[in-house]
Amino acid sequence: MTTLAGLHENPTQVPHGEVSDFDIERVRSDFPILQQKIHGHPLVYLDNAATSQKPRAVIDAIVSYYERDNANIHRGVHYLSERATEEFENARKTVHNFLHAARPSEIIFVRSATEAINLVAQTYGRAHVGAGDEVVITAMEHHSNIVPWQMLCEEKSAKLRVAPINDEGELILEEFERLLGPKTKLVSVGHVSNALGTINPLKQIIKLAHAKNIPVLVDGAQAIPRLPVNVQDLECDFYVLSGHKTYGPTGIGILYGKQALLEAMPPYQGGGDMISSVTFEKTTYNKVPHKFEAGTPDMSGAVGLRAAIEYLNRLGMENIEKYEHELLVYATQKVTALPGVRVIGTAKEKAGVLSFVIEGVHPHDVGTILDQEGIAIRTGHHCAQPVMDRYKIDATARASFGLYNTKEEIDALVKGIKKVQEVFG
Amino acid sequence: MADLRDLYQEVILEHSKAPRNYRELKQSDKKAEGYNPLCGDRFTVYVQLQGDSIQDISFQGSGCAISKASASMMTQSLKGKTKAEADELFERFHSVVTGKSPSNGDQPELGKLTVFSGVSEFPARVKCATLAWHTLQAALEGTQEAVSTE
Repeated sequence: MTTLAGLHENPTQVPHGEVSDFDIERVRSDFPILQQKIHGHPLVYLDNAATSQKPRAVIDAIVSYYERDNANIHRGVHYLSERATEEFENARKTVHNFLHAARPSEIIFVRSATEAINLVAQTYGRAHVGAGDEVVITAMEHHSNIVPWQMLCEEKSAKLRVAPINDEGELILEEFERLLGPKTKLVSVGHVSNALGTINPLKQIIKLAHAKNIPVLVDGAQAIPRLPVNVQDLECDFYVLSGHKTYGPTGIGILYGKQALLEAMPPYQGGGDMISSVTFEKTTYNKVPHKFEAGTPDMSGAVGLRAAIEYLNRLGMENIEKYEHELLVYATQKVTALPGVRVIGTAKEKAGVLSFVIEGVHPHDVGTILDQEGIAIRTGHHCAQPVMDRYKIDATARASFGLYNTKEEIDALVKGIKKVQEVFG
Repeated sequence: MADLRDLYQEVILEHSKAPRNYRELKQSDKKAEGYNPLCGDRFTVYVQLQGDSIQDISFQGSGCAISKASASMMTQSLKGKTKAEADELFERFHSVVTGKSPSNGDQPELGKLTVFSGVSEFPARVKCATLAWHTLQAALEGTQEAVSTE
């Protein structure tokens, strides 16, 4: 087996207790990209909500797949094809265990969280949403959890209803409940907001929807890298996640769906692998999950995602959650204390994201000045223009944290913000 | 290493804080909206023509320091210029901010606009510096739809 850096070498010495056991220096050494300078300063990567960096274990797993295991899956009788198939299906089992799904067949490999939402909109949505029906989302959704439903509603003459948020960036549950009615065919809601950091009260949301027999899709793109998730405990009907935001490679995402729902859904794309038999008269579709996986999938992506999840498991999601929470609390205190800086999104329950605006300075200028200090943040509307409209701003500067960030990096951010204010003083 | 002060020159900061010709031109003959989806900059440029000459020009909107200062200084530079002269000035401006031509000495026609030469060291900001100019072109060409930098 390939020797991997850091924690990989000692999987038995995994910290499970206090956050102080979380050996940050060791974690950082697992990420080759962090060991560089940008504009003469050590890289401070605070754009994790856009994409996360990859540990050596993920990079090595992908290289190893191409060097040793690559063949097309689910078809060859030859040895390599069997091995590639096994690798791919093992990745599915790893995701199934990570999400605590009931069975591996509830895990569908897709290209991205975006594709997972589109898949549900185009299959479950087209089959169940008709003229006059309604789909309910919230005011804090990413564009990828807005536009697929808009497209569906336009096609079906259905209506997209939006549950409002308060000034802190929290969903107003009473208003949400009021939107649920006999015409509501689906609720689609983010777990953690990418623009505000709000953690939604999923259990309450799902309970309210299920009381009216409405299925719920959860967009977990921002939650999965940050919080332990148990889809059976949540009782959500669909859950989607992104590989590249979860320390895995780009080009791979996951749709979790309850078996019974997936079985009843029509297929998404047609092609190889999603069929049992094909004649020109009739095609019999394969069983789930393969029914939704037309064409040769991203095999190395699945292998890379598996390595990422194994890496997270070794660190422990509870430890990661606790560590990142400490970072967020520290950053929020420091940034809030700066005169002329306003934090956007002050929900009681938050994870990973600190959006802010500096009085008299456009976020784009903030981004350029911080970049000169080696600090990478995101500036703009974060693919959540309706959130910006809600706060009557054009854009924010957003620092988003990952498991390798440190308090020293947050200090660098604070110093950078002061520099911004100096330049614009 | 690029120096921040090359980008955020005093003149630029001053114009971004107190933009000139920042108003709606009620009697404008031409106007257009420009949008930079990357950062949400959004400007409307108004032009009043007399024959072929820009008799008055103004703008409104919101954006970063570079885009706002560029819009402000553009309006100052173009009053009284013909459409052809405006086109020519934009061409020179564009080649300076994209680093395609030297900015010092050789560009007397650019005048004060040479302060934007520092933008060439910051490729991500070229769109900010040129947004108002693209919008002006759209206005002069009578384009109905908002121009976008993407």
